[in-house]
Amino acid sequence: MQSNGYSHIRTDSYAAFPHQTTMYKYDSLDQTLVDERVTQFRDQTRRFLAGELSEDEFRPLRLMNGLYVQRHAPMLRVAIPYGMLASRQLRMLGHIARKYDRGYGHFSTRQNIQYNWPKLETVPDILADLANVEMHAIQTSGNCVRNTTSDQFAGIAHDELVDPRPYCELIRQWSTFHPEFTFLPRKFKIAVSSSTEDRAATLVHDIGLHIVKNDAGEVGVRVIVGGGLGRTPIIGHIIREFLPREELLNYLDAILRTYNRYGRRDNKYKARIKILVKELTPAKFAAEVEAEWANLKGGPVVVPEEEFARLESFFTAPAYEQLVACDAGFERKQLDDRGFARWVEQNTFHHKVPGYRAVTLSLKPYGGIPPGDATAEQMEGVADLADRYSFGELRVSHEQNLILADVKQSDLYDVWQEAKKLGFATPNIGLLTNIIACPGGDFCSLANARSLPVAAAIQARFEDLDYVHDLGPIDLNISGCINACGHHHVGHIGILGVDKDNQEFYQVTLGGAQGNNASLGKVIGPSFSAEEIAPAVQRIIETFAEKRHEDETFIDTVRRLGLEPFKARAYDKPELKAA
Amino acid sequence: MANIILNGAVVPNTWTLIESVEPLAAADVAEGSILPLSVWLAVRETLLENPALAGKRVGVWLAPSDEPGELVDDIAGLPLIAVQFPAFTDGRGYSIGRLLRERYGYKGEMRAIGDVGRDHLFNLFHCGFNAFEIKASQTPEHALEGLKAFSDGYQSSEQRKLPAYRRRPHAQTADSWAEISSPS
Repeated sequence: MQSNGYSHIRTDSYAAFPHQTTMYKYDSLDQTLVDERVTQFRDQTRRFLAGELSEDEFRPLRLMNGLYVQRHAPMLRVAIPYGMLASRQLRMLGHIARKYDRGYGHFSTRQNIQYNWPKLETVPDILADLANVEMHAIQTSGNCVRNTTSDQFAGIAHDELVDPRPYCELIRQWSTFHPEFTFLPRKFKIAVSSSTEDRAATLVHDIGLHIVKNDAGEVGVRVIVGGGLGRTPIIGHIIREFLPREELLNYLDAILRTYNRYGRRDNKYKARIKILVKELTPAKFAAEVEAEWANLKGGPVVVPEEEFARLESFFTAPAYEQLVACDAGFERKQLDDRGFARWVEQNTFHHKVPGYRAVTLSLKPYGGIPPGDATAEQMEGVADLADRYSFGELRVSHEQNLILADVKQSDLYDVWQEAKKLGFATPNIGLLTNIIACPGGDFCSLANARSLPVAAAIQARFEDLDYVHDLGPIDLNISGCINACGHHHVGHIGILGVDKDNQEFYQVTLGGAQGNNASLGKVIGPSFSAEEIAPAVQRIIETFAEKRHEDETFIDTVRRLGLEPFKARAYDKPELKAA
Repeated sequence: MANIILNGAVVPNTWTLIESVEPLAAADVAEGSILPLSVWLAVRETLLENPALAGKRVGVWLAPSDEPGELVDDIAGLPLIAVQFPAFTDGRGYSIGRLLRERYGYKGEMRAIGDVGRDHLFNLFHCGFNAFEIKASQTPEHALEGLKAFSDGYQSSEQRKLPAYRRRPHAQTADSWAEISSPS
C-alpha cells in the first residue's frame, strides 16, 4: 500500500473543449480516486441488492455518495465544488436529468444539484457519467465533511482581497475520503470567503474561513467555528484571527479531531459542532484546538508554497479583452430599453475588470416553478451561453441561481435576450421574489410542510415588477422544516414549515440577515395556516411600504422599528374578519 | 476460535477479549487477555512488578470515550491495543488510532473490534489499525477486499506519511495542462 512514488501524470487531452477554462483540472490522482469510488459504490449497491448488506449497513454508505431515500424515490445530490462549473459539466448535468431522471434538476442552497427521481440501480452509472466530467457526489450527505462552498463571484469580485478558490480546492482534496473523519457526530460544512461583503454565509457554517492579509502582507486565514442554522441557529465565533496559510490543514485536522472525539453522539439534535462550542464555551473550545494543533504544527501536513502556487496557477484570469469601462452602446441600450436597464441593475454584478459584468441568471421565475429548478434544455441553453459569452464557465450560487461570470458589456443585451428565451431573465436578484426555498414536503421526507406552493403563492401576489423593484432588497427564505435547508433564519423574512396535528403551518421570522452583519430572525408569533401565509407576508410588506423612510431598506426598517408594527399588521386578518 | 485479519492475512485469533469491567486480581488475569482500560490500569503495577507475572502476555482495549493518553507509560511494552467500535458509525476510534500511532508512537498490534466490516477497513488501515476482528455477518476473507478500495489518497496517513501535495510533481500546473491541450 506504500505509494510514495507519484506516477499520476495524465496525458489525455483537453483539446476538445472550446475554452481553456480557468478552473481546477483533475490530474490522474484526482481522476483515479473518483473512478475508484464509482467502482466501490457499484459493488456496495450490488451487495445491497443481493441482500449481502442490510439496509442499516447500506444507508451510511449510500449517504456518503449523496443518495437519500426520499418520499417518492431516491434523491441524488451532486457536488458542485465551491460553485464552479464548466459548460461541458453543465451539459452532463442536463444529460443526467434527461437520461436518468424526469428531465430536470434542482440547484440547492449549498452549491449542489439534486435529482429527485433516479432509480437506485442506475446511480452507479450516474456516478460514472459524472466522473467522466470530473464531478462526483462524494460526501454530499452523511455525517462527514460536505462540499466546501464559497463566494459565487470568487476571482472576479471588485471587493475581493484574495481569490478563495485555491483554498477551496485545497480543502476539497483534504476533506475527500479523509480517513479519520468519515463518521463524525453529524454533518460538517465549511465555507470560504475573502471579500468585503461576505457572500458565502461563513458565519452560519460549522467552519467559516476568511482568507485575509496581515500587516506584513502575508496571506493567512481567519477561523470561525460553531455557526449554523437548523434547530439551534447560532452565529459562529472567531477562534483564530490569523492562521498562517501553510498551517490551514493542520488546523482543520485539529478542529475536526476535537469535534470527532468530543462532539455529542447521544442526541442527533445536539450533535453539531455549534453545540460543543457552546457547551464548552468558545474560549475553551479554542484552547482545545490550539493544544491539538500544537502537536500537529510543522508536521507532514504543512502545505508547501509550491502547492499554493500549483493551485493558484489553475485559477488565472481568462483572456479578457482590453475594454473601456463604459461601453457606449451598452449605455445607450439601457436608456432605450427600460426592461433591459432594470435587468442590468438587478441581475448584473460589478466586475473587477473594466468593461465586464457578471450576470446572474434567475432560477426564480414567476409562475409556480420551484426556486432553483432547471430543465435539461435550460441547462444546455445556459451552457451554450457560457461558451458564447463567458469563456465556457459558470457559477452556482447558494441563492440557487446560475452565473455567467465574465460577460462583456457589449454582449449584455444579447445575453439578456437569450436569457429571456430560457426563462432565466426575471430581474429579481436581491429582491423579494428571488425566494430561497428547499424542496419541501413535495419531495423531502424530512419536511413538515410544503415550501414550493408557498413560494408560488407569494410570488403570485407580487407580480408587479415595478412594485417589487421599488421595495428594494428583501431576502425571503423558506424552509420546510427545522433543518433549515432554506436558510429561513437569515432571511429578512423567514418562513418555517411546522406540523400541527398533521396540518401544514408556517412560522414567520423577521430581521434575519446574511453577510457581514449576519443576524438571526425573530419569530413574530403563532404560525399561519397554508391559506394565511401569503396574505400575511403581503401585509408585512405593506407595513414596510408605509413606514419606510424614503429609500430605506426592509431590513433597516425592521431594525429601526422592531417587530411590533409588523406583527400587529400580520395578525390583523381581514379575510377572517370578513368571515 | 474465530479468525481475524492481521497484517493483510487471515490468521487465528490467539487473544481473548475480556469484556467485563469488573475488577480482577492480577493473579487472575489469564495469559492472552485483552483487558478493559480501567481493569488494566488497576492491575498494571502488580503485573509489571511481580517477576512471576511479568512474562504474561496481556493486551488492553479502549472504548470510544477512553483517553488513549492514559496508556502513555505502557506504549512501549504492550503487545496489543484494541479499539472498540460499538457501531461503525461511531468514528471516535479512528482518532484514537491515529493518536496511538502518531502521538504516542505505538508500534504493536492495533486491532479494531466491534462493528467492523469490509467497508470500513480501508480508512481504519490508514488510521494505523493493522488487525481487524470482523463482525459475525461477514467473513474475514471477504472483508479483506475492503483494503483494496482505493489505490491512493490525498491525506497524510499512517500508511502514507506524505500527503498528495508533497508527492505531486509541481510541474503539473495549469501551464502544463495548456501544453497538453493546445492544438499543436
